[in-house]
Amino acid sequence: MGNLAERLDPDGGGRVNADVSLQGVRPAQVSPAPCVLSVKGICKTYPGVQALQNVDLDLHAGEVHAIMGENGAGKSSLIKAIVGAITCDSGEIRVDGTPVSINTPADAQTLGIAAIHQELSLVPHLSIAQNVFLGREPMTGVPFMVDHRKMADDAAAILHDIGLDCDVGAKADSLKVAHQQVVEIAKALSQNARVLILDEPTASLSDREADALFAMIDRLRAKGTAIVYISHRMNEIGRLADRITVLRDGKRVLSATPSEISTDEIIVAMVGRPVAQPSKEGRADRPVGDAVLELEDVWTGTGLAGITMSIRAGEIVGLAGLVGSGRTEVARAIFGVDPVLAGRIDWMGAPLTGDTPERVKSGIALVPEDRKEQGLCLEQTISQNLLHASFWKVFPKRLFRPSRARSISRDSIAKLRVATPHGEKRVGLLSGGNQQKTVIGKWLNADARLFIFDEPTRGIDIGAKAEIVDLMIALVERGNSVLMISSELPELVGCCDRVYVLREGEVAGELADADLTEDAILRLAMHHD
Amino acid sequence: MSEATRSGRDWHSAIDKLRGSEIESIFLRLAVLFVVGLFLTIATDTFLTQTNLVNLLRQASLMFLLAAGLTLVLIVGGIDLSVGANLALSACLTAGVYKATNSVPLAIATGLATGAAIGFVNSLLVAFLKLPPFLATFATLWVCQGLAFFYMSGSVIYGFPPEMRALGSGFWLGIPVPVILMTIILIFLTVFLRRSTIGHELYAIGSNATAARLSGIPVRRRLILVYVLSGLTAGFAGIVYLARVNSADAGVGEPLLLPVIAVVLIGGASLYGGRGSAIGTLSGALILTAVLNGMNLLAIDSNLQPMAAGLVVLLALALEAVSKKHQRKK
Repeated sequence: MGNLAERLDPDGGGRVNADVSLQGVRPAQVSPAPCVLSVKGICKTYPGVQALQNVDLDLHAGEVHAIMGENGAGKSSLIKAIVGAITCDSGEIRVDGTPVSINTPADAQTLGIAAIHQELSLVPHLSIAQNVFLGREPMTGVPFMVDHRKMADDAAAILHDIGLDCDVGAKADSLKVAHQQVVEIAKALSQNARVLILDEPTASLSDREADALFAMIDRLRAKGTAIVYISHRMNEIGRLADRITVLRDGKRVLSATPSEISTDEIIVAMVGRPVAQPSKEGRADRPVGDAVLELEDVWTGTGLAGITMSIRAGEIVGLAGLVGSGRTEVARAIFGVDPVLAGRIDWMGAPLTGDTPERVKSGIALVPEDRKEQGLCLEQTISQNLLHASFWKVFPKRLFRPSRARSISRDSIAKLRVATPHGEKRVGLLSGGNQQKTVIGKWLNADARLFIFDEPTRGIDIGAKAEIVDLMIALVERGNSVLMISSELPELVGCCDRVYVLREGEVAGELADADLTEDAILRLAMHHD
Repeated sequence: MSEATRSGRDWHSAIDKLRGSEIESIFLRLAVLFVVGLFLTIATDTFLTQTNLVNLLRQASLMFLLAAGLTLVLIVGGIDLSVGANLALSACLTAGVYKATNSVPLAIATGLATGAAIGFVNSLLVAFLKLPPFLATFATLWVCQGLAFFYMSGSVIYGFPPEMRALGSGFWLGIPVPVILMTIILIFLTVFLRRSTIGHELYAIGSNATAARLSGIPVRRRLILVYVLSGLTAGFAGIVYLARVNSADAGVGEPLLLPVIAVVLIGGASLYGGRGSAIGTLSGALILTAVLNGMNLLAIDSNLQPMAAGLVVLLALALEAVSKKHQRKK
């Protein structure tokens, strides 16, 4: 599986500028560099769960060490143990060969270990320079007087070193997420971090921003920083990692260099069994019906500039494009969240009007991108969430019957195989895959005919991903339609009958059958004709 | 699997379901109420007398009337600071209309309409202008308060006919009328929250308004309903208050605002939304009233009463936090 940037430019000539030095700095496979951090046989037990069992990890200077595993495999526990956020039951951590005890995050900081978490922790109203030196401001000699000039100069120098030139006097919240991340890394480096832990750093970055991040990681690696890299994205691992460690159920199940092991083997190690990539082969031919949803020259205030497309009954239609190309905005327009300024949306042959509640009643469903913020009431139970879209349908007289609610909840949990002892469990306690099933169940109860899935498998384990894809296929086999927004190209190619590629709010092209390949999608998305 | 282990498992799962649920938190409150009552029964001769209990219930019922609508507002994750001022303005206008027309029905209708209208203004500010509820109702609080002071210009209106005063101080079958009104509203509100889908929608909105909207729940319409109901119960409470004290003046609302918020919070509603119940709010009203009543009976300096109310609120919130933490750990 090649990485995105390489495939974007098959000739290898004009790739993203920041990456030019890449080939030069990548070290030979087996580096004799000294072991900076060594973890031996650590164990951690929570009530009822053995989070880590005898896990070993060796980290060398100038090495990117990828840690992979499904949610709950023990990745975060391992990281927490290294940065002193939890105390282990047993085991040993050595830094430069000397046993150390890391009991608090401050201990880790002193030893030069820093972690950049998914949730960034900059203080929004302080300047970039203030954030970099927060709590360690250079002083002028006069008590309590910060040397602002030195602080600004030092911050600018560190940021310049890792590839970000910006006004360090600007407020932190004026930066894009990608740049905030760079500032966090600069903060770690200013504390002389020699071990840098990056937890899913590309989760909220566009492809271009991710490329810049990779270039920065290459530079840090060349300077001898040891990097722990956690990601679900296989192609990033192939692009960056010098060594891969896979955890499953709190145990280390695999440790190898990328050249020794294939993507499939990694997946098998993570899941514990082979997982088929979504593929149309062997799938029964579905009868495709008439167009149910038609968009004609749709414009919105959110950036859609004349979208024309259609979805037929029994069809999975994909919506591809870069972040910001208007994919989610199409979904919001169809769902009645953003008003349509010009153009028409027809649903079942009649113009689609009314607000979101009316569109829900007419059979349109949205499985949103951010299920925690937009899809579920996390504090409520599974049973409650399963009814949120279908009060009007299940209880047409607005009289709530607990017995009916319970039976619907039982049926949905059984049908979707939600892993829970009962429906009274809070949804926030479920795994990503089971949460997603709850959202889908909510719409099944509303008898939806068109399901809009926005990044349906984001943040979901590989095993659960396959189940979600199977659910989508089951939906269209019953004559429903699916509109699937995704950044995962193999998933789009594997699942969809047709794919519309968006670029800057317009349809850049439509792909189907033999034309539907990952390369073709990328070319259209990037405007590489 | 043997029958015994199966029933054991069902039992565990039933306990599991109960934990952290609405039912658990209500039992907790009733237990607190019982302990307070028991203590006062032992510590004083006068607590467990008919006169005192009737008096206590009457005070609690007024609190409950004012807090009933506010409970709904907290369930959807909002707040209504204007209820006290609303009560004052509604009472004053009711009194004014009665004095001008001598018509009891017209006076009562005026009070209810005033309350509902203030609630409607709040709902427009919150649902359409998308103002934070705290700010929107903070502003309407002062507007209502100002209107009431201007309308009354320092005077007090008193002297109302018996049929109107009965609402506040009458008895029916030996039970104080406000207590009957409280019971009716309690039943209505409980059925509304538990047995109508709208009630369930309110909890969803309070739990996550975005998810509720994207599930097709008409969030705006529900917000309007909730704020109008909050205004309406405040207006109604104004009429009952007027009927009880047989006078109306512009300053009656202000001292009620903070206690009524305390009642709703003691009752288990959360300022973050998604929690709260009618029976909870009733227990909140009873607990707060019993504590204050007990302080009177024990001849504790009444200047200490606000502090006692504050401690009760803190205790309720702390119990909530502990039970939530326990629930999280599982």
